[in-house]
Amino acid sequence: MSAALALDDVAIRFGGVQAVDGVSFTVDQGDFVGLIGPNGAGKTTLIRIIAGLLRPDRGRVRLSDIDVTADATAARVRQGLALTHQIVRPFRAMTVLDNVVLGAGYRHTSNPFRAMMHVARRRENERAAHILGRVGLSGTEGKLAGSLPLGQMKRLELARALAVDPRVILLDEPLAGLNRTEASKQVETIGEVHVQGITVVLVEHNLEEVMRVCRRLIVLNNGQVIGDGEPRQVMADPVVHDAYVGGGMVNHAEG
Amino acid sequence: MSAYDVSIVSIIGINVILAVSLNLISGFCGQISLGHGAFFGAGAYAAALTMVGSGSVALAIVAALVTGSVLGIIVGFASLRVRTDFLAVTTIGVNFLFVGFVRKQSWLGGEMGISGIPATGLGAAGNMTMILLFAVATIALSFYVGRSWMGFAFRAVGEDEGAAATLGINAGAYKLAAFGIGTALAGVAGGLYAFFTQFITPDAFDFIFSVMLMAMVVIGGIGSTWGVVVAAVGLTLLPEAIRFVNDYRLLVFGGLLVLVIRLAPGGLATLMQNLFLRARRS
Repeated sequence: MSAALALDDVAIRFGGVQAVDGVSFTVDQGDFVGLIGPNGAGKTTLIRIIAGLLRPDRGRVRLSDIDVTADATAARVRQGLALTHQIVRPFRAMTVLDNVVLGAGYRHTSNPFRAMMHVARRRENERAAHILGRVGLSGTEGKLAGSLPLGQMKRLELARALAVDPRVILLDEPLAGLNRTEASKQVETIGEVHVQGITVVLVEHNLEEVMRVCRRLIVLNNGQVIGDGEPRQVMADPVVHDAYVGGGMVNHAEG
Repeated sequence: MSAYDVSIVSIIGINVILAVSLNLISGFCGQISLGHGAFFGAGAYAAALTMVGSGSVALAIVAALVTGSVLGIIVGFASLRVRTDFLAVTTIGVNFLFVGFVRKQSWLGGEMGISGIPATGLGAAGNMTMILLFAVATIALSFYVGRSWMGFAFRAVGEDEGAAATLGINAGAYKLAAFGIGTALAGVAGGLYAFFTQFITPDAFDFIFSVMLMAMVVIGGIGSTWGVVVAAVGLTLLPEAIRFVNDYRLLVFGGLLVLVIRLAPGGLATLMQNLFLRARRS
């Protein structure tokens, strides 16, 4: 299997803090990886590096064997990466449908000139409605995105990510702020996305749900990978266990 | 039509082009520009010099368009680096720089401006018709852009650049496009203004004028082409119709601006829409 996402010795320093310190791992096409670690482990920084929001001091980021280290977020999205934000960012003044349609039409928006030449939206409307159905948002198409409750906004965020036909989807705490029922429904949807062949990288505090769905766990602590492998084996590792307990994180109370 | 009517209609046409083109930048793409007068002026000076040099109307319009848009793209690059509120301040600076620069240039006529710009040969009514044709074309372009994927992406960039990037939209390219198109049209308006007056001075393109244009956009309803057209026509006619408004122009425009932002942030467009919805319901 080819690598959908590869990090090679990625490091970044903020002032006196080595936030990410030589992280390397490869995610195979079709894998379902959970990226976890105590608060301050460097997860968010690493996610921002993968998403193209931060440039690492050293190291490379590859998507499907293409080096995207120097590319901005938009270019990486066009390379097959999709991402959801920890704090939802829908276009509040647009309808739910339009939020997804804009993603579904990503081929038209590669540059302004091309975008200017295209007007028709029928195909994208249909595809967006279909995607909204997949994440359980049918019936909300005409509402303003800003009027949705948080649970539905999280789903909309996922729908937008799916609209750009990703090979790899990067989910930054897609369960944060959801109640138990909403969270397990959201996990179910993410599971279905994975079954359809999309590689999933999930950053999540809700360890219970992560253990349930991920096939592989990567554990970060102090900016380094301290565990990588089958979830139960990784969590049984004393080093990982210590980092978690030492980090003062109570697994089930979070999320 | 009397000579007076022809001149009023010409000014209305020019203001419509300016307000609609500013709406492309600030309304569609969310980039607040308070220096639109500078691009208008750049176009006017380019057209005036071309007319003096060659006498070709077509060439003058092209020169005005290119000068406006080149200057606009340069300022657009600033919009890639600064936040929206700083962009507003930056564009104010550009406007002052433009007027300050032109005032000191003897080849641009300095304080006295450029007079004796050769006539287009179309006559006043012909000029007015040409201005109106450009105004209609600008309105049509604005509607088209609004419906196209470009307008769609503009709205996304205007609302949240980061979120737009996650949909593969290169916000920088779209901001440059908005500035490039909007300021090209402002340049053309400047050219038409030079044809119309045959005499330009730096004062016509000052910051106060830019604020008046922004007032038209905001009062009309930021982002709404029709609202902005109606406001541009109305706010051009108002000082002509009411003497008091002419004497206290800044006071009236400033007051209207504050009232609209306070009471109806969506401007005339949203106001009309709400009235229409209410009428249909009852």
